[in-house]
Amino acid sequence: MSDIEQLERETLAGVAAAETIAALEEVRVGALGKKGVISERMKTLGKMSPEERKTAGAALNVLKDKVAAAIETKKAALENAALDARLATEKLDVTLPIAPTPKGRIHPVTQTMEEIVAIFSAMGFDVAEGPDIEDDFHNFTALNFPPDHPAREMHDTFFFNEKDDGEGGKKRMLLRTHTSPVQIRTMMTRKPPIRIIIPGRTFRCDSDQTHTPMFHQVEGLVIDRETHMGHLKGTLEAFCKAFFEVDSVKTRFRPHFFPFTEPSAEMDIGYERVGNEIRIGEGAKWMEILGSGMVHPNVLRNCGLDPDEYQGFAFGMGIDRLAMLKYGIPDLRDFFAADARWLEHYGFDPLDQPNLATGLSR
Amino acid sequence: MKFTLSWLKEHLDTSASLDEIVETMVAVGLEVEHVDDPAERLKAFTIGEVLEAEKHAEADKLRVCKVATKDGVLQIVCGAPNARAGIKVAYAPVGAYVPGIDVTLTKAKIRGVESHGMMCSAREMMLGDDHDGIIEAPAEAKVGDPIAGWLGANDPVIEFEVTPNRPDTNGVAGVARDLAAAGLGALITKKPAPVKGEFPCPQKIGLDFPEDAEEACPVFAGRVIRGLKNGPSPKWLADRLRAIGLRPISTLVDVTNLLSYDRARPLHVYDADKLKGEIRARLGRKGESFLALDNKTYEVDETMTVIADDNGVLGLGGVMGGEDTGCTEETVNVFIESAYFDPLRTAKTGRKTGIHSDARHRFERGVDPDFVVPGLELATQIILDACGGTPSETLVAGARPEPEKVVDFPPSEVKRLTGVDVPPEKSEAILTALGFKVSRADPWLVDVPSWRPDIEGKADLVEEIARILGFDALPAETLPQRSAVEMPKLTPAQARRGAARRALAARGLLESVTWSFTEERFAALFSDGADWLVAQGLILANPISSDLGAMRPSMLPNLVAALQRNADRGRDDLALFEVAPVYSSDRPEGQQTVAGGARFSNPKRHWSKTERPADVFTVKADAFAALEAAGAKVEQAQTTADAPHWYHPGRSGVLRLGPKLALAHFGEIHPRVLKAMDVDGPVYAFEAFLDAIPAPKAKATKTKPALDASELLPVRRDFAFVVDEAITAEALLKAVRGAEKKLIADVGLFDVYQGKGVVDGKKSLAVEVTLQPRGKTLTDEEIDAAGKAIVSAVEKATGGVLRA
Repeated sequence: MSDIEQLERETLAGVAAAETIAALEEVRVGALGKKGVISERMKTLGKMSPEERKTAGAALNVLKDKVAAAIETKKAALENAALDARLATEKLDVTLPIAPTPKGRIHPVTQTMEEIVAIFSAMGFDVAEGPDIEDDFHNFTALNFPPDHPAREMHDTFFFNEKDDGEGGKKRMLLRTHTSPVQIRTMMTRKPPIRIIIPGRTFRCDSDQTHTPMFHQVEGLVIDRETHMGHLKGTLEAFCKAFFEVDSVKTRFRPHFFPFTEPSAEMDIGYERVGNEIRIGEGAKWMEILGSGMVHPNVLRNCGLDPDEYQGFAFGMGIDRLAMLKYGIPDLRDFFAADARWLEHYGFDPLDQPNLATGLSR
Repeated sequence: MKFTLSWLKEHLDTSASLDEIVETMVAVGLEVEHVDDPAERLKAFTIGEVLEAEKHAEADKLRVCKVATKDGVLQIVCGAPNARAGIKVAYAPVGAYVPGIDVTLTKAKIRGVESHGMMCSAREMMLGDDHDGIIEAPAEAKVGDPIAGWLGANDPVIEFEVTPNRPDTNGVAGVARDLAAAGLGALITKKPAPVKGEFPCPQKIGLDFPEDAEEACPVFAGRVIRGLKNGPSPKWLADRLRAIGLRPISTLVDVTNLLSYDRARPLHVYDADKLKGEIRARLGRKGESFLALDNKTYEVDETMTVIADDNGVLGLGGVMGGEDTGCTEETVNVFIESAYFDPLRTAKTGRKTGIHSDARHRFERGVDPDFVVPGLELATQIILDACGGTPSETLVAGARPEPEKVVDFPPSEVKRLTGVDVPPEKSEAILTALGFKVSRADPWLVDVPSWRPDIEGKADLVEEIARILGFDALPAETLPQRSAVEMPKLTPAQARRGAARRALAARGLLESVTWSFTEERFAALFSDGADWLVAQGLILANPISSDLGAMRPSMLPNLVAALQRNADRGRDDLALFEVAPVYSSDRPEGQQTVAGGARFSNPKRHWSKTERPADVFTVKADAFAALEAAGAKVEQAQTTADAPHWYHPGRSGVLRLGPKLALAHFGEIHPRVLKAMDVDGPVYAFEAFLDAIPAPKAKATKTKPALDASELLPVRRDFAFVVDEAITAEALLKAVRGAEKKLIADVGLFDVYQGKGVVDGKKSLAVEVTLQPRGKTLTDEEIDAAGKAIVSAVEKATGGVLRA
């Protein structure tokens, strides 16, 4: 056996025997370091004849590579073992609970309003608004409520104290009893065609189990030269289907009276009660959900529109009530109580933004 | 308005069922609210016959009866004193529900004796108050017959809503007319025949109005009936009134009520012997008063129509008569009044006096002016039939109030407004059936019947035709599409609110909706005070309750109060917000939309020790989040320490874009305010003024600028400055950022320190500055130069020096 073979066997045995990174490093320095045995043998090459050098050099280089590779392999193995040993000591109870993040919620009225807007937007309705504190003209007179007419008493109106109107007379502001004054404000400032919905707060001096002094309404108004009551029916039926997210909704239009529409109609939808649940769309019972009609010629005239030229429909419905019906919320008064338990239970995830592509609700 | 089926059938010859009648009423716009069908309600109860009644061995008051029933002969134990052999009774079988005692019957053992069902009293079947014994049906009743027919309780009562536009349906005859027009039968209402007077009317009548008030009572008719005998009404009349919930009083009074409900024609009857001199309709005078039929004394004034004689005011025309001249059982000579009172004046008088009467209800909606005299004739005939007596001639003062109305009606209007193609013949037939007279000129000339004050124009006639035709005939049509894909519909202001809401909810706040009103006291705390609220017109004249007396100038009082309510229920770690209007005046521009929120913070402990109570900076972040979502350029906002007085003076701030534009208030609510509201603090709150956010400039393109991401590593350097306590962090950060605008990519403030090593009155603020090289790596000299620039900029702006 040549001495190179001898050297190889000894060095590789040293590598194999090293049990720590430090020991391995010692072997490396002993063999391949500046003064290592292999490095020293390399230095002797210079004194050899070219022939000798060729053979001995090649053999030494092979040895050097072999040893270096063995050291690398061993090093990786030792490092892995060391890491495994460390990880074995790093154990967590991963069943510990995460820190809670408070879950914010969107109020059902907001969610419902946005659902309504999504549906009517798709039918081409803009969204208009107006002030909560109104005057008699916009809330009543322009809407064809004659002064002192009993129809005014159907609205339990909140009034403010009388004050000077700036023109030598007296004026008494009020809280709008419906969203209809915005019809007037819109028609007086915008030429037809008009296609709007008007969501907002409304107020009546009434408080019991099913009435709150403040509630939400959405009004619809379409004015052009050809819209008739059949369009009203088609629009509202389409709305109900989309809103309640059912394949069909049974509806019934009944004649009724509103001062600002002629002809006037109320719309009922079919429903049935299954346990505590109200199922909209089918069933033998009827529930009134909105008032509507063709805009009264006097209202058009009051807004400077010729009723022989322009025509159209209007409707109004309670947003809170729609929310109650769709989501099975039992009591209207809870809507305004800001009770955290109620808000968390009936509220909506802020990421659930109503849109028709995903469906209005999950 | 209520009526019975048999009453309706006096005006309508029909074979329609109760259900058909109700459905048709609804279809033509007479909204049925309630139907009480005794036959349906009492169908569980049938006639039984007591065959034997023996005393119960164990109880003196009980009898063990053998009763023949539809279910065979049964043993029934009964406690009624009148339970005896031979009587016909109301039998309720086992399984029947007995409404008066709210019990569903089961087979029972009463003191050891089996009892199969029950014999009922009137009260037990809810047929009346009588509970002295079981009901005894007529002897000719057959065992097994439904009980309803034998107790005179087989006439269904229909209750419906009379809309203000249809005063004619305040009478059963008006209902019948609509139903007949809808094809449910023939209208058979009898036209009242004149009753010939046998002597001149001894009671003089007159109208005494100033020229500008003649409309108050344009026509007033009356006559006397002499020598009659007043007393309890005949059974048919008393039963009829009772069936609709009216109490029979005496024939004379009951006849006026009958006509009110039968023909929507209110009348008044006076004891003619109690009248003095001429009876006149005139305006009231200050200082006059009278004792009304409801036994209350009412002051009258010059806006009211009164009926008066030489002794003074007798009653309020069209509202309520007087006690002193009313008819009693002793009345032998009666004066019957039939007049037309102006709707508006009647309504006003009614509101002023607070009197609600059947007469007011009808006059203020408008009675048929052509039925003044016919109504009087009809009443005369019924009184003569029931009470005898001799009628005088009829006197009439004044004349019919308004001219006949004629509407120009192109029949094409029906199609224009409803979309339904109705043949002209059909339209004409409907109008005619409702009492209109159609002349087929071009356009049609349509005479409006006197009982329809609501009909003014073409649209009203369209409604008449459409409602009788039924709204089921309306086509369901889709509105024409305006564009293939609809454009966005929300205004920027509307879109902002939605974004702010979702941003705040995403931060863990719960959205609430609270009243637009608040307690006046609270409103004053969160505004410029009580006087300001009054001056701005924000105080309600008729609040629903005293704690909702003012329009809210801020939503915080409502949110703060809600926090406390929740805390009282044990929920003391809570953040609420609302995005809604607040009011600074009664003008439209005084209303603005605010995103406001409030936090009570007592976070639960957590093993990770990461819980952190909310503080001023939590609500500052809330305000930032709402504003940023709503499109405000929050990176340009400055913070000032001048929040309004409802905030803690040292722990609150205002976010501004420039000195005049406040975007938000935030901070701790002033402890004094909380104390006044009886709320435990601290409460942290914010108000972000969404409407104040400047509108974004319309962008010409949706293209975003190219990404500017340097390949070179950023360099970070820390600086700690010692500055005067009064120097704000914002001032220091601004100075640092401004020192090397091109190079400085970010500045973070990571330490605020006062104490050992920093002299009193000073503080240390430490920032980490990120320098972003561009194009080439920074040399050490360049980095040093940037550092020097930062130090000198801070010194110049704040007087701060690098901390040693």
